[in-house]
Amino acid sequence: MAVKEQAIPKAQVKVGVAESRGGFSWGKAIRYLGVVLVVLIAIGPLYWTFATSVKSGVELNASPPTLIPHTFSLENYISDLSVSIFTRDLLNSTIIAVCTTIISLVVGILCAYAIARMKFRGKSAVLAITLSVQMIPPIAMVGPLFVFFTSTLPVYNTYVALIIPDIVFTLPITVWFMTSFFRDLPPDLEEAARVDGASRMRALWEIIVPLTAPGVFAAAILSFIAVWNDFIFGLTLTADQTAQPVTVGVTRFAGEHTIPWGEIAAAAVIVTIPLVIVVLFLQKRIVSGLTAGAVKG
Amino acid sequence: MATQAAEVPARRQTLRDRLDLGSGIAPYILVLPTVVVILAVAAYPILNSIWLSFLDNPLSPSASFTGLTNYITLFHSNTFIASIGTTFVFTIISVALETVLGLGVALLINGMFPGRGLVRAAILVPWAFPTIISAEIWLLMYNDRTGIISYFMQQMHIIPPGATLLETSSGIVAASIITDVWKTTPFMALLILAGLQVIPSELYEAASVDGSSKFQQFWTITLPMITGPLIIALLFRTLAALGVFDLFYVLAGNQVQSMASYSYEYMFTRTTFDFATGVAAAVVLFATGVIISIIFAIVMRVTRS
Repeated sequence: MAVKEQAIPKAQVKVGVAESRGGFSWGKAIRYLGVVLVVLIAIGPLYWTFATSVKSGVELNASPPTLIPHTFSLENYISDLSVSIFTRDLLNSTIIAVCTTIISLVVGILCAYAIARMKFRGKSAVLAITLSVQMIPPIAMVGPLFVFFTSTLPVYNTYVALIIPDIVFTLPITVWFMTSFFRDLPPDLEEAARVDGASRMRALWEIIVPLTAPGVFAAAILSFIAVWNDFIFGLTLTADQTAQPVTVGVTRFAGEHTIPWGEIAAAAVIVTIPLVIVVLFLQKRIVSGLTAGAVKG
Repeated sequence: MATQAAEVPARRQTLRDRLDLGSGIAPYILVLPTVVVILAVAAYPILNSIWLSFLDNPLSPSASFTGLTNYITLFHSNTFIASIGTTFVFTIISVALETVLGLGVALLINGMFPGRGLVRAAILVPWAFPTIISAEIWLLMYNDRTGIISYFMQQMHIIPPGATLLETSSGIVAASIITDVWKTTPFMALLILAGLQVIPSELYEAASVDGSSKFQQFWTITLPMITGPLIIALLFRTLAALGVFDLFYVLAGNQVQSMASYSYEYMFTRTTFDFATGVAAAVVLFATGVIISIIFAIVMRVTRS
């Protein structure tokens, strides 16, 4: 490319990749300001919730609301965690999310392996089917599921009632992720193993999966988050703390007379802190996984 | 290593051919669980919904076929018609804002600067929240007691003292839109960012040398190259926004409804005779999604030619 041979002044390379190296410019300053603003907007509500959760009763109702809490107390958290329904809800959410993730990983990896490594007719049909799930509004599924789970397969208000529909939404994530990762993996190692006599399944689980561990990890996390965030299935297919996830429990929280904003804020923090930590530490993996599908199509 | 590489290719080819020809039924077994689960748990309920919507009382064993009665009731209901409008307004404005803002954020953070990973992590935070928690969090800011947003809006005289954004229907829809945009813009931004980073910088360098401005470069290079993934992301976001439920359930209750929350109300909070009406509403919602998908597909085919 002849263009690269010429000495292009740095100032001319603008949109697309901004190699901001040294020196101050108004453009850069405005850009940094913009980034700071975006980050503040993104994190602001989280801060507000945390601040609300550590305020004590009187300060909660203060008007104007205080930006920085004057009191710092854990009474809301203690109050929440001593409510057995709330802790039960947390347990429910965890169990449902873990089970769903494991099942959809196993099933999804098998499916992804077939798509990535084998030849068969109907490959695009399978991919289309997994994609088409996104087209279905969950509300359209809950009616029949409710009827089904209260008659033919009476698992209403149990973990199974939630795991089943949740799998439908985590499977496409797993399949798309793992297909992309498997395709990118050079086939040398597994073929060497198969030449040595290993079966396809052994090659898959003992070689391919460990090599694509970051992808498995990312798929697991996205699935976990998806299930943890579910609300509509939890709302319609459970009735009480026997199996309700914490997302539903929080809304069934309401006190009779005053809305316990402090407790709600503390509950929100409890529910989301694990997710936030995971996201903060694994953002690189999550982003590369999310975009692997988008860019490679 | 060199000798191994020279020896293996010949053996590899025949082995590979044998393996693939022989993989006749194996792949079908591997994909079967996935396909079965999706068809059984997603496709079947949809078809079943359509059937149920033609019955009068699906929850009782003696249900009878009533044809389009439920749909007629539905379209005579002002509340349902209103919910259609609400849903469309919400969808169009949310998706438009998320796309434009997402594009802006993506352009903003596209480039090397220190703390980039931290910034991406920070903007991913809203996305990690369960929608219902986001709604509760924003509720904390909207309400009349602890609502800091309400406070600011009162100070700025947008709303009268003592009021909150959640008291009027349009206020509720606005609050829902704000919450949804907050939660989903990061997702769009990161998707677009990935598309941006695939664009080779040589294109921009060449354009700069040829004298085109930053603005021109954006329109002639950037936009066309991200159109593909952008349209797909748009379609999925639109379908998801169409089915909005969590936000309206928490922020609006029965005061203002989306099609999904209307459907929920009729299916689960009323008499058993209303169940079928709720199902019919859900079917209408699904049909709307299908129509929109078809329109998108047509548009994509047209723009590609």
